[in-house]
Parts: sequence; structure tokens; C-alpha cells
Amino acid sequence: MLIIVALILISVSVALIFLGAFFWAVKSGQYDDTYSPSVRMLFDDKKKKTIKDEDKNTTKDES
Amino acid sequence: MENKVLTSKLLCYHCGETCQEENLQIEDKYFCCLGCKTVYEILNENDLCGYYDIDNNPGISLNNNVSNDKYAYLDNEKINHQLSDFIGDHQQIITLYIPAIHCSSCIWLLENLYRLKKGINQSRVQFSKKQLTLQFDPSIISLRNVVETLVSVGYDPQITLDTRKKEKSKKEGTSLYLKIGVAGFCFGNIMFLSFPEYFGFDGIDVVLKQFFSYISLLLSLPIVFYAASDYFKSAFKGFNQRYVNIDVPIVLGIVTLFLRSAYEILMHSGNGYLDSLAGLLFFLLIGKWFQSKTYQGLSFDRDYNSYFPLAIHRIIDNKLETVPINEIEIGNEIVVKNNELIPSDAILLSDTAFIDYSFVTGESQPIQKFKGDYIYAGGKQKGNRISLKVEKTVSQSYLTQLWNNDAFQKNEESSDTFVNSISKYFTLIILLIAITSAITWFFVDPSKMINAFTAVLIVACPCALALSTPFTMGNALRVFGRLGLYLKNAFVIERMSKINHIVFDKTGTITYNDQSQINYEGQELTIEDKQAIASLTAQSSHPLSIIINTFLNEKNTLNVMDYVEILGAGIEGVIGKHNYKIGSESYVLSKSNKNESVKETRVYISKDGQEKGCFLIRNKYRDRISEVIRKLYPFKDLSVLSGDNDTEKERLTQLFFNEAELKFNQLPENKLNYISELQQHNKNVMMLGDGLNDAGALKQSNVGIVVAENVNNFTPASDGIMDAKLFNQLPELLSFSSSAKHIVYASFILSFVYNFVGLYFAVTGNLTPVFAAILMPLSSISVVLFTTFAVNYKAKRVFSNTN
Repeated sequence: MLIIVALILISVSVALIFLGAFFWAVKSGQYDDTYSPSVRMLFDDKKKKTIKDEDKNTTKDES
Repeated sequence: MENKVLTSKLLCYHCGETCQEENLQIEDKYFCCLGCKTVYEILNENDLCGYYDIDNNPGISLNNNVSNDKYAYLDNEKINHQLSDFIGDHQQIITLYIPAIHCSSCIWLLENLYRLKKGINQSRVQFSKKQLTLQFDPSIISLRNVVETLVSVGYDPQITLDTRKKEKSKKEGTSLYLKIGVAGFCFGNIMFLSFPEYFGFDGIDVVLKQFFSYISLLLSLPIVFYAASDYFKSAFKGFNQRYVNIDVPIVLGIVTLFLRSAYEILMHSGNGYLDSLAGLLFFLLIGKWFQSKTYQGLSFDRDYNSYFPLAIHRIIDNKLETVPINEIEIGNEIVVKNNELIPSDAILLSDTAFIDYSFVTGESQPIQKFKGDYIYAGGKQKGNRISLKVEKTVSQSYLTQLWNNDAFQKNEESSDTFVNSISKYFTLIILLIAITSAITWFFVDPSKMINAFTAVLIVACPCALALSTPFTMGNALRVFGRLGLYLKNAFVIERMSKINHIVFDKTGTITYNDQSQINYEGQELTIEDKQAIASLTAQSSHPLSIIINTFLNEKNTLNVMDYVEILGAGIEGVIGKHNYKIGSESYVLSKSNKNESVKETRVYISKDGQEKGCFLIRNKYRDRISEVIRKLYPFKDLSVLSGDNDTEKERLTQLFFNEAELKFNQLPENKLNYISELQQHNKNVMMLGDGLNDAGALKQSNVGIVVAENVNNFTPASDGIMDAKLFNQLPELLSFSSSAKHIVYASFILSFVYNFVGLYFAVTGNLTPVFAAILMPLSSISVVLFTTFAVNYKAKRVFSNTN
């Protein structure tokens, strides 16, 4: 029977770890905006090769 | 993706609007205006054309050019500090609110800003809040430069000091998430530990059973002391105000559940009802979360601070400097440029000014003022820059005084909801039943007395009752949101269902904001005349010129010679061999018979000094307004309040079937007082308005709805923001809100049935933990399902025949 006690304690503490992870996720703002990350992950890497020197851009901005 | 040719009309590659001029073209791409073309050029030059690959025509139309020192105030150190989240030597962080954010392309472009400007390190979009968090190096690029870069690609941020006060609501939101998490965690584990008992395993070791109970008890502590804390607070607050709200029976149930379970467990006499307790709170918190859906991108609490500029130009010792607006003092000389807002009451020092008070009064045409005139705050200068002497500080000005009215001090959410009004009786009846059954058992079998007493309190805990309102209203809130009516919270719906008097603002609410009705009177215009007038008006960006130009819809590419535009007066030019003059009466006809009876806006035309005629420009009423009124007036009282003069009285009377009270020349505080007068006669008033001039009335009314052509535009504080397209469905919206109320009633009845069944078992002393653990979730879930289906079914019925 002792094994059941041990198992229960283990399962509760594992669940506690997940609860902690949930707390961390909420506190770090992962629930603040649920839309943009879903779009953002599709952007990356796409056009990286086209980054040119940024210095020449400083001339053309106010119009 | 490529520009589409729709019935020979070209769509702008950048923003998707129809191209008026055909000469704005780069390769095979067409643009509707110079602004769009410029943005394309900027993006093209920086290899940011991926912007166009994500969504079709994602751009924002840039029709109004801004004077190039509009953002000069951002150079002011104090303002800079106030706006920023963090300022270091090589790093500055700022969060800006950008209403134009609307699609995935926006996110892409804004997060690639670092490729556009050196010095910008990182930018992050929060889409639902329409916010952009920027990280840049202030030693390379100034805040003003950053903002101007954003403006150059069409993403004007709305910068007010008001946006700095948003932290509070965010915290409340996260604490609810945490509570749901804790409740869910404890609920799951307690239920897991109660399984042996559910299935009635007899062979289990007694020690093990007790061990399970102790763990459950431990797990229930965070539920009672953390997850349920809001209910304790609310019930306590209710007691303090001598008011029994719905949280009182809930708290009663929670406390009884916990104490009885703890007693049973510690005395080894049973396993308690901890699983029911945890489940109850979990469901209650979910209901709370469901109801608290908010439209984060919209703001319902703006005051005048959001409308006013952050800074103003002041002249001190003949030097022009930019100062924060709250630093201007009485007697200061300030400078206001074209399209800028006058922040405080002042006396005009320049010779003449054209003040557009559309913001305050709804009157669409600028008013001419002369040197020495007293000018109220809230007007916008149209034309050359003017200088003024400040007479009152910003907070003491005529317009801002409105916010000192009592209406703005009033307590936010009244607890006068239906569920609270019945909870008083509910609690009383439950206590009565509990005590009666206890007394009865005292005579029959005293050992069961406590058992029956607590069982009544436990089973009567109005979980289903407390869930029915949040889920009904939460669903209704979402239905409204899908249609285009964004309400501040779910309580508004209940107030909406009680409305019996509707007050309309005129300009911008029952008329179109952006369309006018235009007629021509006078000598017949030949084709040449029309083309000449069209070409001449095409030169000017004055709103009236644009209106006339679109009205004529003629070729406007004739060559205009000797073009002259005199602000606030008119324009003239030579086309072919003729001299045309277009403008005000005094300008065109060189006579000013100050005719007080002139009611509409008139634009006069002359050809070679000879009067041809004039255009009459009037507000245009919404297309189906009379249909809306016809549906409304048998059921509700109607009124119209207008800041304008009574030109339109006849038309309005006709339009409202002579059923509405019409009031003209209403100042903002007149509107407010009118509404509070109605309320004193026990009317539940709904106010529909649009501008700052309605702010007081919107606040005072039971339900204040802002009608906006674009819901992301600036709107005054209100209970809801309505897409102007939805105006035609106003009767349906109101009837749907009362349907929602009826659905709440029906679900009350449903949950009462569950309560009676439970009470029967409780009174007879037969409430077992398993039975409680089944009955409670069952009642909650069936109420949730019922309200969800009922609301959506009703929404389909009510709105199907209007679309």
C-alpha cells in the first residue's frame, strides 16, 4: 500500500510543476496577446537574404 | 495580389482603394494617391515588399498630409520621458498605440522596422491591443524620428498621455487566469482522489482512505483562500452596503462545504464534499472569465486628455518653444497651426481665424473669427497659423469643465442587476428552509439535524444561477461584437434591455459623417463650365472643393492658370479664356449681405465676374433612417438633440413621423441636462452620439453608444461603440438585448428546478457526496449549454431577416 502513497505524492508534485509552469506563462505575458505570435512564427527567415546595407535608407523618409 | 481591374476601375496596389487619377503608376502597379505611392517607394527601396505578399492591398490610405512639425513636441524632454517605458543612454523603449494595425502584413512591416531605419533595434506588435513596443537607440535616432518613420509608412500612432494608465486592468486579467489555473488543478486532483469512493471500492485500506482525504483537504485550502477570495470580498462589500448580492449565498455555500468537509475528515466520519467545492469554484471562475471578454483594441474610457495635443507651441521672449500642455499659463501667447486643436479658452491675437468646431458642436463648417474674439477650447484652426492669448488653463476651459460634472464622478457599475435583486429573496428562502429542516430534524432525529442544515446550504449554493447571467450575457456580447457593436462589458446588455427612451445626436449619428447631399441652384451649367469647375476644385484640398468635385464627376484635367486660393474665402483661376471664382458669397460676389436666414452651406460660382449660381450642401441622412424610426417609435420615446441651428427642423419632423422631440442649438451641457431630466422622470435613456460634444450625454445616459464610421477612430467615453453600418439594425439590436434578458429568466427557472431536486434530498437528509458531486456539475453544464444555444438561436432568428 505504501507504493500508492508514494505514487500519489509523485503525481501531485508533477502536477504542481505544471501548475508552476502555467503561473510562469501567465506572469510572463503569454496570454496577453494570442494572435500576433501565431502570425509571427510564419514570417521568419523568409526574406533574410535581401537585407542590404541600411545606411542608404536614411535619406528617404519624410514625405 | 496584383492590381485587379474591376469594371475598368483600378485598385490601388498599396491600400486597395479605387484609383481616381491614372497617372500614379510604377511599372505595372497603380496607386490611388501620392501617399500610397511614396510608401510603396520607401518599402521597395528597402526590400520590404514582402509586406504585399501576406495580405492583399494591406496598406493604409494616406490622404491627409501632415505638417512636418506635427511631432516636434516629441523633442521635448519632459514629454519624451513621460511617454517612454525606459530610457537609457543607448536604449529607449516606448509603447505606442497604433489604431491602423489591422492585418498580418501590418505585423510584418512593423516588426521589420529595423530594416527601414538605423537605430531601431526591435519592434514588437501586440495585435489585439494594437500596440507597438519599440526599442531604439536614442543616440542614433530620436523618438520624433522614429514616430515620423511610422507616419511615413502610414502607421500614425495616437499619442496621448492617457495611454499610460492601462496597467491596472491587465493585472486583474492575469489574476483571474491564475485563479482558474489553481482551481482547475485542485479540482482535478481532488476528483482523482475521490474516485475510489465514487465507485464504492470497499477493499481499500482505511489508512489509505484517510490519507486521500487529508490530501484533498490540503488541496482545498488554495481554493477557499485564494481562488474564492473575490467572492468573499464581493459578499463582504455587499454586506457593508447593506445589500445581499448573489455572492452571499455562494460564499455561504463555500464556507459550509469547507467546514463540514473538514469536520468530517478530521473526525474520520466521512469524506466530505471537497470535490463539489472545487468543481463549483472552477465553474464559477470559468463563467467569470467568459463574461469578462473585452475588446482590448478599443477604449471606452477616454476623457478630454485623449483628444488634446500633448504639447503646444508657446512664444516667450519672441522665441517659439514647445511645452507640455499642462504647463501653459494664463496670459501665455500660444501658436496654433493648420488643423491643430486649440487647447484652452483664449483670445485671438491674429487678424482672422477659421475655427472648425465640429469636434465640439457637430457643426461642420468652420466659423470665421476676428482679432480680439474669445475662442473656446476644442476648435481646430483651418488655414494659416494663428496666435492666441490664453485666458484659462486647460482644465478650467469651457469644454473640459464638462468633465467636472457629476455624471463623470458617478460610480461605475451599479449592482442593480436582475440576479442581485433576486438573490436577496433567494438567500432568505434558503436560510428559512435550512432552519426549518434543522428544527424538524431536532424533533425527529437530532443526530441528523446538523447534517440536514448544512446539506441545504450546500446544495442550494446557486452555482447554476450564478452562471446563467455570465454565460447568457457573454454570448450576447460576442454576438453583438460579430455584428459590429462593441460593448464595454456584459452589464450593458441588461441595461439595454430596459431602455424606453432613445436620444439621437444629429450630425454624424443620424446623418452621414462623410457624405453630403448637394444641389445646384442657378443658371444651367454647360459641360465646359462643369469641367472648368471640376478642374479648379481639383486644385484645392478644402473639404467643400472635394465634395463639389465628386458631385460633378467630370473630367478635371483642364489647365488652370493663375490659380489663387484664399483660405476661408474661396478659389479662383483662369481656365481657357474665362475667369472662374468659387467660394463664399462675399468672396465670389464681392458683397456680403449678412443674411441671417441662410441655413445651408452655400458655395457660389461666378464666371468672368458674373454670378452663375450656387451649390447647396446639406447633411445627408442615413439611407434607411425612416425605416429604423418606423420600427422604433411605437415602442420607445425618441428625441433628437442637435448642436446645429434649426434648418433641418421640417425634414427631421417628417423623418421622425412627428413623434420625436427635437431640440436645436444644444451645447454639450444642455444635452447632458436633457438626459438627466428624462431620467428624473423614470426613463431609461439610451444616447446615440458621435463626438466629444456628446461626451457628457453619453456618460449620463443609462446606455451611451458611440456611432462611428470606423470603430478604431477616437471616440469619447461610452458604454459601447457601434459600427455606423449597424445603425439600420438598431431596432433588432434592442429586441435582441431583451431576448437575452428572457433567456436569463428561463435559465433561472432551469436552475431552480435543479435546486428543488437537490433540496428534496438535502431536507430528507439523504445528500451523499457522490450525489452532490454529480448534481452540481450537471446543473451548471446544462445551464451553460442551454444559454449558449438559446442565445445563438435567437441571434440567428433576429438578425437573419435584416442581412
